[in-house]
Amino acid sequence: MSRTPLDTVEHATATPDVELPWAELGLKKDEYERVVEILGRRPTGAELAMYSVMWSEHCSYKSSKVHLRQFGEKAPQSDALLVGIGENAGVVDVGQGYAVTFKVESHNHPSYVEPYQGAATGVGGIVRDIIAMGARPVAVVDPLRFGAADHPDTKRVLPGVVAGIGGYGNCLGLPNIGGEVVFDACYQGNPLVNAGAIGVMRHEDIHLAKASGAGNKVILYGARTGGDGIGGASILASETFDDAKPSKRPAVQVGDPFQEKLLIECTLEAFAEKLVVGIQDLGAAGLSCATSELASNGSGGMRVTLDDVPLRDSTLSPEEILMSESQERMCAVVEPAKVDRFLEICDKWDVIATVIGEVTDGDRLEIYWHGGKIVDVDPRTVAHDGPVYERPYARPSWQDALQADDANKLARPASGDELKDQVLRLVSSPNQASKSWITSQYDHFVQGNTVLAQPEDSGMIRIDEETGLGVAIATDGNGRYAKLDPYHGAQLALAEAYRNVATTGAKPLAVSDCLNFGSPEDPAVMWQFAEAIRGLADACQQLGTPVTGGNVSLYNQTGEVAIHPTPVVAVLGVIDDVARRTPVAFQEEGQLLYLLGDTREEFGGSAWSQVIHDHLGGLPPKVDLERERLLAEILISASRDGMIDSAHDLSDGGLIQAVVESALLGGKGARLVVPDGLDAFTLLFSESAGRAVVAVPRSEELRFNDMCGARGLPVTRIGVVDGDSVELQGEFELPLEELREAHEGTIPALLA
Amino acid sequence: MARVVVDVMLKPEILDPQGQAVQRALPRLGFEGISDVRQGKRFELEVDGPVDEAALARIHDLAESFLANTVIEDFSVKVEEVAEAAK
Amino acid sequence: MTARIGVVTFPGSLDDRDTQRAIRLAGAEPVALWHKDKNLHQVDAVVLCGGFSYGDYLRAGAIARFSPVMEPLLEQAKAGLPVLGICNGFQILTEAHLLPGTMLRNDHLHFICRDQKLRVENAETSWTTDYTAGQEIHIPLKNNDGQYVADAYTLDQLEAEGRVAFRYLDFNPNGSQRDIAGVTNEAGNVVGLMPHPEHAVEPLIGTGRTDGLPFFTSILKKLVNV
Repeated sequence: MSRTPLDTVEHATATPDVELPWAELGLKKDEYERVVEILGRRPTGAELAMYSVMWSEHCSYKSSKVHLRQFGEKAPQSDALLVGIGENAGVVDVGQGYAVTFKVESHNHPSYVEPYQGAATGVGGIVRDIIAMGARPVAVVDPLRFGAADHPDTKRVLPGVVAGIGGYGNCLGLPNIGGEVVFDACYQGNPLVNAGAIGVMRHEDIHLAKASGAGNKVILYGARTGGDGIGGASILASETFDDAKPSKRPAVQVGDPFQEKLLIECTLEAFAEKLVVGIQDLGAAGLSCATSELASNGSGGMRVTLDDVPLRDSTLSPEEILMSESQERMCAVVEPAKVDRFLEICDKWDVIATVIGEVTDGDRLEIYWHGGKIVDVDPRTVAHDGPVYERPYARPSWQDALQADDANKLARPASGDELKDQVLRLVSSPNQASKSWITSQYDHFVQGNTVLAQPEDSGMIRIDEETGLGVAIATDGNGRYAKLDPYHGAQLALAEAYRNVATTGAKPLAVSDCLNFGSPEDPAVMWQFAEAIRGLADACQQLGTPVTGGNVSLYNQTGEVAIHPTPVVAVLGVIDDVARRTPVAFQEEGQLLYLLGDTREEFGGSAWSQVIHDHLGGLPPKVDLERERLLAEILISASRDGMIDSAHDLSDGGLIQAVVESALLGGKGARLVVPDGLDAFTLLFSESAGRAVVAVPRSEELRFNDMCGARGLPVTRIGVVDGDSVELQGEFELPLEELREAHEGTIPALLA
Repeated sequence: MARVVVDVMLKPEILDPQGQAVQRALPRLGFEGISDVRQGKRFELEVDGPVDEAALARIHDLAESFLANTVIEDFSVKVEEVAEAAK
Repeated sequence: MTARIGVVTFPGSLDDRDTQRAIRLAGAEPVALWHKDKNLHQVDAVVLCGGFSYGDYLRAGAIARFSPVMEPLLEQAKAGLPVLGICNGFQILTEAHLLPGTMLRNDHLHFICRDQKLRVENAETSWTTDYTAGQEIHIPLKNNDGQYVADAYTLDQLEAEGRVAFRYLDFNPNGSQRDIAGVTNEAGNVVGLMPHPEHAVEPLIGTGRTDGLPFFTSILKKLVNV
C-alpha cells in the first residue's frame, strides 16, 4: 500500500501487477482472487482493507453461515417478532405499543489480551447495537466464563473483566441485572466474555441500518478516529494467539464510557425529533462496515470523502481510517434539511459530528481521499457476498467413550454426615458459590426500574410506570452438558433460560444467542457447532421462541485444545405487571415447599460430579421441551394468581443448591423430607431438567395442587420454610450461618 | 539512597478520555491555547542501596511487567537524587 | 401550588430522571435544569443528582463544578436555597467548597453497589425533617469514590456542630472517616450524601424499600409551608 502515488482506482487499473499484502490481511488466495473477479481489476489498498476485514470470520460468519440458516428456516411463527435476524439486533413486541430489542455478543479474545478494556468495549459495542435500533438501553447482562478459579491467570483476567464491565456499564447508567460466572479449566487462556443488552422503544421508533434517498447526508458522529485496534476484527477474532510477549500483543481499543453516554443521549434526542433516516454503529471493521452495510441495505449508493473524518492521529492512512475500530462512533443518514438540527443536537451534547458523504442514486460505494477515488465497489459484495464455507465436520472419535463414562456409577455418599459434607462442598465450590463479590461491583439500581437483579433467576425491568409492564431476561449456558452432547446441551441451555424467565413470572418470547466454540477448521469442533445449532433451532421451534439475532465466536482454543462447546442462550420474556413477579428468596415461615417436575438419577455433567469427583462423562439430563413449556405455564399462572411467594429453578447443583440459595436470600431455613420413590442423594443432587421448587402459602395449597393436577404436572411436597437451618429429616442439619459462610466466602477468598 | 521515577503514559495512539475531558474543560475556565492534554501516572520508588545498572534493569522489568500495561501504555525510568533538604 | 425542585443534568449525569421521578412521587414538581443554564429558572430547591459527570475524569465532580449553572447555584445556596447533592452531586458540592471534605476512591478499590444501612444523625436540615434523629434507614449505595475524608479539625467541628447528617451503620462500605455518609452546611440548607435516596422511593423497585422518600417530602413540606 504505497503512499506515493495514491493507490486510486485509476492507479489500480493502470498497475494490475502490483502485489498486495492480502495474506497478511487474513485473506486466503481464493478469496483474494474472488475480490479481483468481482472488481474486474486488482483492488486498491483501501478496497483490499475493506474486503479483508469484512470477509473475516468475525464479520462475515463464513464458517457458520450455512448452519445459522436453520434459525430462519425453523423459526416458529411468532406474532411478537418485529425485526428478525440480520439487523443490529432483533426487536420483539411486548405489548402496549412497546418494542424491546436485545442481543448478546462476545468480546472473548480482546478480554484475554487486555481484560479491563476488552470487557469495557464489549459493553460499549452491544449498547451501540441497541441504540442503533432506535431504543433506549435499559439494562445489561454479562455471562462470563473463566479458567479454573484458583489458576493465577484467572486472578489477572477476572478482576480486570469485572472492573471493565462495571467501569463502563456503571458510567453509562445501565443497571446490570443478570448473567453468569462460570469457572472451568477449559476456558484457561480463552475466557468467554459475553455481553448482553436490552433496549426499549415505541413501535414507531424502530430504526434500521439503511441509507436511502439520494442526496441524504451521511454523518459520522462521536469520538474522533484513531489507530485503535486496526485490523482488530480480523486479526483478533480470527487467529488463535500463542503466548505472546507483551510487546507483540496487538493494539487494543480503549473505551470512553462518558463519550458513549453522550452518544446515547444525543442519538435518542435525534430520534425523538425524527431526524434520522438510517443509522449504524461503528464496531468491528469500523467505517468499512458502517458504510458498506448502510449502502447495501439502502436503495441507492453512497459517496464518502474520507478527508472529512475527524482524526485523533493525523498520520493515519486512508486504509487505516477505514479499518480503525475507535470506539464510541456512529453513522447516521439524515435528510439535507434536517442536517443543521442534527448537528445542533450533537453540539448540545458536546459530540463531534461531521458530514462525511451522501447517498447517491447509483449503486456504488465510492470513497475519496485527497481528491482521488480510492474505493469504487458494489457495497453488497463487501457486506453480504463474503465467502461461505461448508467446513467438514465429523463426530469426534472420543465422543462415545466420553458418553460411556457414566457419572451415575460414581461413588455416592453413604451416610447423613457424608451428604452434609458434600452439600457444603457443593455450595462453596467456585461455580456454585455466591457471586456477590462480583455483582456488587455493578450498579443494579440506576434508572429506578429494576424489579429483579442477580442472583434472581432472571433480571426484570419495569418499562411502564403506569401499567407495570415489564421485561425479564435470563442467560444460561452449560459447556459441560454441551461437551457430552452438543445437540441436547444447547437445548438445555435454552430450556434453562426459558425456565428462569418463567420462574420469575414472565412469559418467554424470544431468544438471542452467543455461540462460543473452538476452531471451525477442526472437524470435531465444527460437528459440535453444527449439532448445537441444530439442537437450538429445533428447540426454539418447539418452544415457539424465535432466535432474533446473536453472535458467533470461533477460534476459542489454545493449540489443539478447544474450549467446551459453549452456546450461551438469552431468553427475553414479558410480564404484564411487575407487581406479580416471583422472587427466589423464601418470604415467610410455614410456607410449603413443592418440587415441580420429575426427578431422575441424572448426574452426567452435573455440578456434583465436578465438585466431588472432578468428573465429566455420561449423558446430560434428558430434554423434554413439552414439559418445560407446561412448567413455565404453571409458574406464570401461579405468579399471576398469587399462588406462590417464591420460586427457584433447578439446574446445576440440583435441588439442594436452589433451596440453600432461597434460604440464604430470605434469611429463613427449610425442613426437607425425602419423598416416596426417591433417595436422599438423588433428591439433593440430581440435575433433571424441567423442574423448579416453589414456596406455597398454606391458604393456596389446595388451589395450587388442583392446578398442577389438572394440567398434569407432577408436584411433590418436599418440606416447609422454617427455622434457621436447612435440614433433611433423618440425614443432616446445616445452620444458615454455616451455609452462608461456605457459600459467600469462596469468591472473595480467591479473588479479593 | 536514591529515588527512581517511573512515568507511565498511554501510548500516543491510544485514546486518553481523561486528558480529553480535561482539555475540553479548559476554554470554559478561561485557559486558551492548550491544544491537547494527556494524563499519566508517576511512581516514585525509593531504592535501598546504589542505583546501578543492575538495579535500573530490575526496575525497568518491574515497570514493564507491573507498573505499566504495555498493551496500552509506555513508560520511562529516570533516576532522581533525593535532596537532603527534602528530608 | 406545589414546590418546584430543579434537577441539574451535567454531561454524564445518570440519575436525573430517577430523581425527577422521586420528586414527583413526593408530590413536588421536578424541573429539568441544564448544566449550561445561566439561571435557575425560579426553582425553590435544587438536587445535584448522581452519575459520572464528565466521566469522573480528573476527579469526581471536578469538571462539573465549573459549569455555568454552578454560578447562580453557589450564590443562591449561600443565601439559603436548599440544595441536595447525591453521590456525584455530593462530590460536586465538595469540589465547589459548599460542603467540607472530599471523597477519595473506596478503600477496597472497587465500585460497590449495596443496600446500605444508615443512621440519620441530623433530622433538622431542609432535607431530613421527615426523619427522626437516630432513625435507622436503608438506602442503596453505589460508587467508586465514596471515601469521605477531611482533616481532624474539620471532622471535630462537623461532629460538634451536628453537621454529620448520616452515618454508615454495621458496615463502612468505603473507608469513610468516622463512618460519615453525608454532611450538611452550617445553615442546614445544603446537604450532601453518597447513598441514593432517589433509588428507595417505590415498593417493588430496587430494594423494595421506600426509606428515601422522606428526603423529598421533607423539602416539599418546608417549601410549601414557607
